[in-house]
Amino acid sequence: MKEWRAEKLMPGALIPLGGTARWYKTGSWRSEHPVWNEETCKQCLICWIYCPDGAIKVKEGKVIGIDYDYCKGCGICEVECPPEAIKMAEGGEPDG
Amino acid sequence: MAKITGKIVAITGNAAVAQGMRQINPDVVAAYPITPQTDIAEEFATFVADGLVDTEYIAVESEHSAMSACLGAAAAGARVMTATSSQGLALMWEILYIASGMRFPIVMTNVNRCLSAPINIHCDHSDSMGARDSGWIQIYSESAQEAYDNIIQAVRIGEDEKVRLPVMVNMDGFIVSHSIERVELLEDESVKNFVGEYKPSFSLLDVEHPVTFGPFDGLGGFYFEHKLAQIEAMERSREVILRIGREFGALSGREYGFFEKYRLDDAEVAVIVLNSAAGTSKHTVDMMRREGHPVGVLKLRIFRPFPTRELCEALRHLRAVAVLDRATSPGTTGPLFGEVKAALYDLGKRPLVVNFIYGLGGREFKPEHIRCAFEALLEISKKGKVEKPLDYLGLKEVEVIS
Amino acid sequence: MERLVEIRWHGRGGQGAVTAAKFLAEAALAEGKYVQAFPEYGPERMGAPIQAFTRLSSDPIRTYCSIENPKVVVVLDPTLLNVIDVAQGLVEDGVLIVNTPEPPSKVKERLGLEKAKVYTVDALTIAHEELGRPIPNSPMIGALIKATEVLDLRSATEHFQEVFADKFSPKVIEGNVKAIRRAFEEVKSG
Repeated sequence: MKEWRAEKLMPGALIPLGGTARWYKTGSWRSEHPVWNEETCKQCLICWIYCPDGAIKVKEGKVIGIDYDYCKGCGICEVECPPEAIKMAEGGEPDG
Repeated sequence: MAKITGKIVAITGNAAVAQGMRQINPDVVAAYPITPQTDIAEEFATFVADGLVDTEYIAVESEHSAMSACLGAAAAGARVMTATSSQGLALMWEILYIASGMRFPIVMTNVNRCLSAPINIHCDHSDSMGARDSGWIQIYSESAQEAYDNIIQAVRIGEDEKVRLPVMVNMDGFIVSHSIERVELLEDESVKNFVGEYKPSFSLLDVEHPVTFGPFDGLGGFYFEHKLAQIEAMERSREVILRIGREFGALSGREYGFFEKYRLDDAEVAVIVLNSAAGTSKHTVDMMRREGHPVGVLKLRIFRPFPTRELCEALRHLRAVAVLDRATSPGTTGPLFGEVKAALYDLGKRPLVVNFIYGLGGREFKPEHIRCAFEALLEISKKGKVEKPLDYLGLKEVEVIS
Repeated sequence: MERLVEIRWHGRGGQGAVTAAKFLAEAALAEGKYVQAFPEYGPERMGAPIQAFTRLSSDPIRTYCSIENPKVVVVLDPTLLNVIDVAQGLVEDGVLIVNTPEPPSKVKERLGLEKAKVYTVDALTIAHEELGRPIPNSPMIGALIKATEVLDLRSATEHFQEVFADKFSPKVIEGNVKAIRRAFEEVKSG
């Protein structure tokens, strides 16, 4: 999707498009990043429920990873994960 | 155009507003009851229960929620109305700015009541005056008839595509809201035709054309420009208010402008008032005119936008003007006084101006009080100078421990 | 009727003084008059002394303040005579109408009134007999109509039947209309 730019301001700061929050990638705010361990994950989806940014990627009812485009690195998933399958690691970038 | 009259009834100001709302038949009303507005919320809820309107009535848990629900409904494209008073309006505060900032033409009746403390349920204008900078158009009503006429016009003014701003219609708590008066109601059909169908420019329910309401607009954005757009909309509302006032006059025989002049053009001194005090002032002017005093009244109807230019024209010939404020701003003068005085500054030859505070917490305002103001004005006019720029009308003589 | 008639009502919370003040305004409106009716506002307490006001005029009414010098004062409860000065501010040749079995001369003497016209009616007995309840407001309207001629008795009773048709049973309405008529007949002047 093309990013929308205000050429003409709409009344009340309205944006004449929907779903515009997806262009705002909040991943750059991260100073720590979550690392998900597929081996120890019980697929309880508690991380998915608790994540404030919807940054737990789920496919066909199963966690498949972290969406680093939007994950702000808050660490809630680490705190909430019962089998400790998510651990926060230093640095914003998942590659180190 | 033929004047269409409906029924003449004896009803309270609150009942008149509720009848107007019934005839407007808004899509959504979200309101929370508060004295002295309660009857509006209650009577309108009865109309909903009796199936006399198609309105979705949202019973909320506070005024903050009431105005928030109004916002949501307006974003969905609904014609929205509500009503409140005093502490209720205060609790709506932050949402008032959001309603105007998002350019939602919500119409709200505010039944003027003072703010605590001390706790008191009676009339003054502290509530609406405190909201004067919130970006709402503010209309004031002398009587039950005017409150009714004003809410019908408010719908058209707010929804006009040049305006798109919320409108607050004020009337005096108890004095008008609970007094039974003679009110001419229009026919249901003529109100329906007058307000027409609301066509929102955007609606969250229009899934074919998705939109984003209320986005973040920070440092790199356009907050300032949006505020300018809001200021310009308020400026454009001037012409719309006058046009709708004329149209309403053609419909009802009661035409409205920015203000009403009463025996003003040949007066030497005059008072400026809002709401019901205008009636008592006119009555006093008649009495004093019979005694040969050149006195008059200017009743301001539109406070926002403030009709600076027109007000100057109407007042420039006077020798002295008293601005009567039913509100205070501790540390400075009354709010209406400040604005009138600022407006007059640009006139080369201008009347002398004084401020009287009256009627706080519902303190009664009688002809003798207005007479007192006029006598002070006649003295100022004679001497050509103001000795006491701020004074109070109707205070009790009592020792106050500071 | 004079161009402007200002009426003050005294009663106790629950006796219907406010309803009477409003009814009078509505009935006068139906006769083409300009009207205003309002209670004295405050916390509503059953049994506490309360006041209400009615203005009737052949011209538009513009004043928005309470009535200090009424032409007419109506007292719905005789015990109020001991509690408050019901004649306060009454214009010199005004009219005072009191619900009491006593003759007008006695009330006049007790309140030290000279020029005012005093009327009395035993509205409580009438209310008991016609309504089975101690609500004196409708008989006092009958007495007021007789004493002041601010309304026409027939149009007032017709208006009563019309406005309360949805609120009361035909029996209650009939009782009230009878009470209005009886008080109109029985009110004594002095």
